[in-house]
Amino acid sequence: MEAQPRIGVYICHCGINIAATVNVRQVAEFAATLPGVVVARDYLYMCSDPGQGLIQQDIEEQGLNRVVVASCSPRMHEPTFRGAAQQVGLNPYRLEMSNIREQCSWVHSDQEQATEKAKALVASVVAKAALLEPLEDREAQVTPGAVVVGGGVAGMVAALDVADAGFPVYLVEKNDHLGGRVAELNRTFPTLESVPELLEPLIERVQSHPRITVLLNSQVAEVDGFVGNFEVEVMSRRVNEEREGSSSTMSVGSMIIATGYDVFDPHRKPELGYGQYPNVITSLEMEQRLVEGDLTVDGRSPKRVAFIQCVGSRDAQVGNEYCSRVCCMYTAKQSRLVRELLPDAEVTVFYIDVRTFGKGAEEFYDETRATGVLYRRGNISEIIRRDGRVVLLGEDTLLGRTIDFEADLVVLAVGMEARSDAAALSNMLKLPRSADGFFLEIHPKLRPVDTAVDGVFLAGCCQGPKDIPDTVAQAKAAASSALIPLLRGTVPVESATAVVDEEWCAGCGMCVEVCPYGAPDLDLLWGVSRINAVLCKGCGACAVTCPSKAIRLQHFTAEQIMAQVDALVG
Amino acid sequence: MKTKTMTEELELFGCIQCGKCTGGCPVSRKTVLNIRSMIYNMLVEPELDVNAHEELWDCTSCFTCVERCPKDVQPAELIINLRGQLVESGRIPETIGTALMGVFRQGNPSGVAREDRTAWINGTEIKAAQAGCELLYFVCCTASYDQRVQPVARALVRAFQAAGLDFGTLGTEESCCGSGVRRMGEVGLFEMLAEENGELIRSTGAGRVVTTSPHCFNTFKKEYGLDEIDILHYTQLVAELIDQGKLELTNEVNKKVTYHDPCFLGKQNQVFDEPRSIIQAIPGVELVEMDRNRERSLCCEGGGGRMWAEGTNLEERLAFQRVHEAADTGAEILAVACPFCLLTLEDAVKVEGLDEADQDGRTLKVLDIMELVDMALGDE
Repeated sequence: MEAQPRIGVYICHCGINIAATVNVRQVAEFAATLPGVVVARDYLYMCSDPGQGLIQQDIEEQGLNRVVVASCSPRMHEPTFRGAAQQVGLNPYRLEMSNIREQCSWVHSDQEQATEKAKALVASVVAKAALLEPLEDREAQVTPGAVVVGGGVAGMVAALDVADAGFPVYLVEKNDHLGGRVAELNRTFPTLESVPELLEPLIERVQSHPRITVLLNSQVAEVDGFVGNFEVEVMSRRVNEEREGSSSTMSVGSMIIATGYDVFDPHRKPELGYGQYPNVITSLEMEQRLVEGDLTVDGRSPKRVAFIQCVGSRDAQVGNEYCSRVCCMYTAKQSRLVRELLPDAEVTVFYIDVRTFGKGAEEFYDETRATGVLYRRGNISEIIRRDGRVVLLGEDTLLGRTIDFEADLVVLAVGMEARSDAAALSNMLKLPRSADGFFLEIHPKLRPVDTAVDGVFLAGCCQGPKDIPDTVAQAKAAASSALIPLLRGTVPVESATAVVDEEWCAGCGMCVEVCPYGAPDLDLLWGVSRINAVLCKGCGACAVTCPSKAIRLQHFTAEQIMAQVDALVG
Repeated sequence: MKTKTMTEELELFGCIQCGKCTGGCPVSRKTVLNIRSMIYNMLVEPELDVNAHEELWDCTSCFTCVERCPKDVQPAELIINLRGQLVESGRIPETIGTALMGVFRQGNPSGVAREDRTAWINGTEIKAAQAGCELLYFVCCTASYDQRVQPVARALVRAFQAAGLDFGTLGTEESCCGSGVRRMGEVGLFEMLAEENGELIRSTGAGRVVTTSPHCFNTFKKEYGLDEIDILHYTQLVAELIDQGKLELTNEVNKKVTYHDPCFLGKQNQVFDEPRSIIQAIPGVELVEMDRNRERSLCCEGGGGRMWAEGTNLEERLAFQRVHEAADTGAEILAVACPFCLLTLEDAVKVEGLDEADQDGRTLKVLDIMELVDMALGDE
């Protein structure tokens, strides 16, 4: 027989975040009167060590078997408090949080009413707490290995780190070669290192690594499973054969997405005349010309070379509001190389702001200007042709005078965009994207390579524009995070899963249809549904769908939720 | 005037001083108008002496600045607002005052009697839209009163009749659309016109409104709140009629034609293809493009009230430059799709002597697209 509930209620001030709006003392006094409550306290910061100690002490000394913490959203601190409870022997699922910060103090200003609302919220959670059942923490085995999608610098660096740690890696690359966008470049900023010298050893290491399988001409077609156990189906094109491609499935524990970016297409800025005037080229086309060492236009060496910054970046007209981060520096690099190749040519950069934030970057910019590259503030609005020459129309904003600049060669510093196929991968993996179209990290500062999908990590420009050093840093971070489940060998799985009462189940199969994770399966012999607890994420879709109410979602049972509702409206 | 309120209302804080507005402004190349610097003044100075900025009247409302701005600031709207200050204090060029008075009294900027608004019809029977019709044809003041533009309206009527459309006009009840009025800074009068015209338009029950002028088209579409009604410029409707086979262009017009995109139709509303498809549907026509076409079309300087104000540099009219660009293509006809462009460019052709035969015996003639269509339709 289950012991009578002995509930402890803890009201957090959260500094002044809650206490300035909610009378926490009153809420604690009110909570003490609720059925089953043995002790109710308020404290400055419940999440602090002394705060947790208070809870632990009461559990031990007062024999509490349920705990309610009324503080912030459970997102951050539910694990904290559950851990504290577990340390002193209370099943962590016997602890429940009431959110009186985001759902109360932060969104209200009237003290009296906010206090009343906090009381109601606490009462409702106390009512649920009385019915809480203990659940077991569970774990699943991890399939050792990782899939890395994208064979550019980010993907290769991440693949090497995971493989060097001792795990098999499948590196899936869409093109017929490794190297990604960097392979299209000439030299890198701010060191002017040659790209082949940077890239070739990296590619060589990847290709010869005993634990890396490189799949060229390949794309991820489908992903099943969850952290620790992904089933990744990869389609490979057969080159030079007319037959359909082949498909293979990799079983791995984690995934790294390193799919890179698209280059902005300046046809979308028709006023710049790209595609119309052959001597208006993109910065990537300029890289190719620098590789070939040929800057001639119609067989003649250009006398005036102009660079235009921010083409397709910082521009609401094309929907790209962000800065692409690399254009200022690659323009400094290219303009400097042009000065070297054409010492007699006039080289001018038209800019809005010059952003040189990386290590050695501002110094490189200084050196570039010292070589005689002229920077003029004021971006070019339009390019036209007059008497056979290309003319840049703009304003020098420092002089406050319009510019009418004839040039022989014009380089558009095109920015980066989310790949046009990012939506497809996003749908396949349920991977959220930010408003700019790039894949979304779960926290911009503290979890920059993690995604909303456990076990899937981001590296490189698929998450947002970045240069090579930042890309490599992120790739190594993603590899390190992807190694965590692989090295542990097990992953925690949801304890609050759905369970089927086979007595009541009619075997209608509606739960199978609604489950996004494929957890329920019909046992045709017995005519009942069975839920695979490893696959179940505890979303509850099956429980509310089941017409015979045979499915029960643990920790969110109908009785518990009704008790909460009753306490709120009763 | 104090700068703070207007700066906040127009969200000028979004400006990053990139210079694309002034850099793309066709007028800034010939007068002291510098909207980028004006915005900066608004941001950093507590006061602005509007009266010291005569060049505010130079702006043609071509909206290149708005189209180019990477931060969705609307530089041209600042000019309109500053002109509003001048209108309020009564310090406006005399010709602007006369035009506004004409609109107020007679419903048109020339101030000609309202009763004469239908004189262009020349006795043809046209249904009164007030009695109900599927298509409302909004004629425009310039097409109603200006003898050079009246044939465009008549050509449109002939085309609509040939296509068997159920259409009508508002007759003498039609008033100026107010596009230029708003851009001259007279917001109160614009609102009055928008309300009156808007009610009239709705009362006809017409599902579609077609305009002669891109200026009426633009203001109906964006500033009238007629969201339930399909607003069309005539080039869109005529292109559709040709496409559906309702309008057959049979007569050959063996001419080399270039087309000038009106600002209010092209860069402000992205109607680039329809006018060209009409021209190309005319048998015998060879369409050639100027270098500055579509988004880069050069303003004729007729918009934003500039039909009624000269601005500060009379010598270097953009229209002069534009007709030479047209002549350089070797075209014999410069086709337009806007009453103002028709007038300004034809004037420029005469001033620059391009209507007289050059050494190759070639002349340049400015025609509205509808005049070309009319030639291709022939006599019924």
